[in-house]
Amino acid sequence: MTLTERSANIAVWVIAAATVVFLLTPLVVAVVVSFGSSNLFTLPPPGWSMRWYQRLMNVRGLSSSLLVSVQIAAVATFVSMLIGGMAATALARGRFAGREAIAAFLTSPLMLPGLVLGIAFLQAFRFAGLRDVWLSLALAHVVITIPYIARTLYSALTLFDFSLIDAARTLGCSAPQAVTRVLIPNLAPAFLTSGIFAFLASMDNYAVSIFFTNAWTKTLPIQMLNLVEEQPDPTIAAISSLLIGLVLLLLLLCERMVGLRKIAEM
Amino acid sequence: MTTKLRFDPVLLLAVPAAIYMVIVFAIPVLWLVARGFMDADGFTLSNYIKFLSEPFNWVVIGNTLRVAFWTTVVCLALGYPTAVALARSKGAVQVAMLIAIILPLSVGVVVKTFAWQIVLRRDGIVAALLVATGVWDEPKLLLFTEHGLVMGAANVFLPFMILPIYSVLKLADPNLQDAAATLGAPPVFRFFNVALPLAMPGIIGGVSIVFSLATSMYVIPSLLIGDRFQTLATLTGRAFLLMRNEALGATTATILLFLAVAIVACSALLSRGKGDSR
Repeated sequence: MTLTERSANIAVWVIAAATVVFLLTPLVVAVVVSFGSSNLFTLPPPGWSMRWYQRLMNVRGLSSSLLVSVQIAAVATFVSMLIGGMAATALARGRFAGREAIAAFLTSPLMLPGLVLGIAFLQAFRFAGLRDVWLSLALAHVVITIPYIARTLYSALTLFDFSLIDAARTLGCSAPQAVTRVLIPNLAPAFLTSGIFAFLASMDNYAVSIFFTNAWTKTLPIQMLNLVEEQPDPTIAAISSLLIGLVLLLLLLCERMVGLRKIAEM
Repeated sequence: MTTKLRFDPVLLLAVPAAIYMVIVFAIPVLWLVARGFMDADGFTLSNYIKFLSEPFNWVVIGNTLRVAFWTTVVCLALGYPTAVALARSKGAVQVAMLIAIILPLSVGVVVKTFAWQIVLRRDGIVAALLVATGVWDEPKLLLFTEHGLVMGAANVFLPFMILPIYSVLKLADPNLQDAAATLGAPPVFRFFNVALPLAMPGIIGGVSIVFSLATSMYVIPSLLIGDRFQTLATLTGRAFLLMRNEALGATTATILLFLAVAIVACSALLSRGKGDSR
């Protein structure tokens, strides 16, 4: 190895290490502040306390917004899984012109600015006379979650060897049995990860939700945004830490089920 | 092949999703664009002429593109070496790096931006670090500055740069580098003529995603720099949520949409050019 190569090699690892620290900084800061006793976000904290977690239940609108977010994310993920999964099957199995175009169309909301989608939905729903906040959010969030489902399931189904189903049929399975015993177990990891990422995308969304929330019905990111703007205190760090913990658990589940490497390469 | 395209019944499975996306997604977006070009008399460009003849709006466009540019530069400078390291790493180190990249990606942007408000304070970590390394003589406030905004935005969008480059590097044959070395190519030549061209599709992908996300970010500038610094996206949000000036908001939203489509088109064109030359 020449000197140039060796120094380039060292530089790569130094920058990578610095990047990892940089990436984790906001998460570590949120967790540390949430356990600190200071309400001024002093770092390092002068002492430790659990009071921001105890206060969580008393913050107005927090638990109701969490409930709204979980409901919307669950409904949107379920609907996307159903119609997105069907579409992915058709695209992976069918032989028809324009397959790639349909796949690109189903993932295209990911390429468009979230605010633009939000405004388009706002004007269209208003024109259609749709006033219900909950229903508007659910309809819009299906559009947000479908790309994650369609993309992941399409690539997983393309890789799946469908002759296995014929083999199961030959060995005496009925068609529904072949699906439940062969297709679903093989594709379960893809369903799980696409579902988790779709759910998180919906839970985290602010760009679309911001146009549909009102004083009574808010999603969690919008409620948190209001709190950060109006009365920032470490309670927000406490909610953030709980969310970080939840996401970490889900990722470890993905790592066990599929391996994060496969997810990163998708 | 002369196979006529016959009707394939499995196609029916795609119908619900296609209909849903046409009605709830495509028509509203096209309608938004169309309305920007229409008034009582029919086709018009007046909304855009009015918007572009306002000098302040050019400042807004400049702000948007400048911040997006620097965010992309920082993401590429940190993201490319990180992707290289990730592709070379194995076992526990690789899993740890992947968690460090995917965990922040899956945590909401409001959480991260809130934390950056703390990091960028006068007594925050970055100021302390810059004083300790002698870059600054005394701690300064980074919050409400463009530097702070670029730092926070780069932090949020970095995974979108690392992952596309990583997945391309993963597919590249590592023997190519060795082959070039065996044939006597010096390291710098190898970097520019072997390593970089191989990574190029991933770099094009990462750059276009990050630039696109950075032009349309809303929460990050609202919380990290505030109202006196407007971008197309913050102006769009304000027009709808505060000013109730929907004509302005629809105009800026359409400009954002055109920018996003132009970025996707450019990156598709660039990566196709790459594919042909090989």
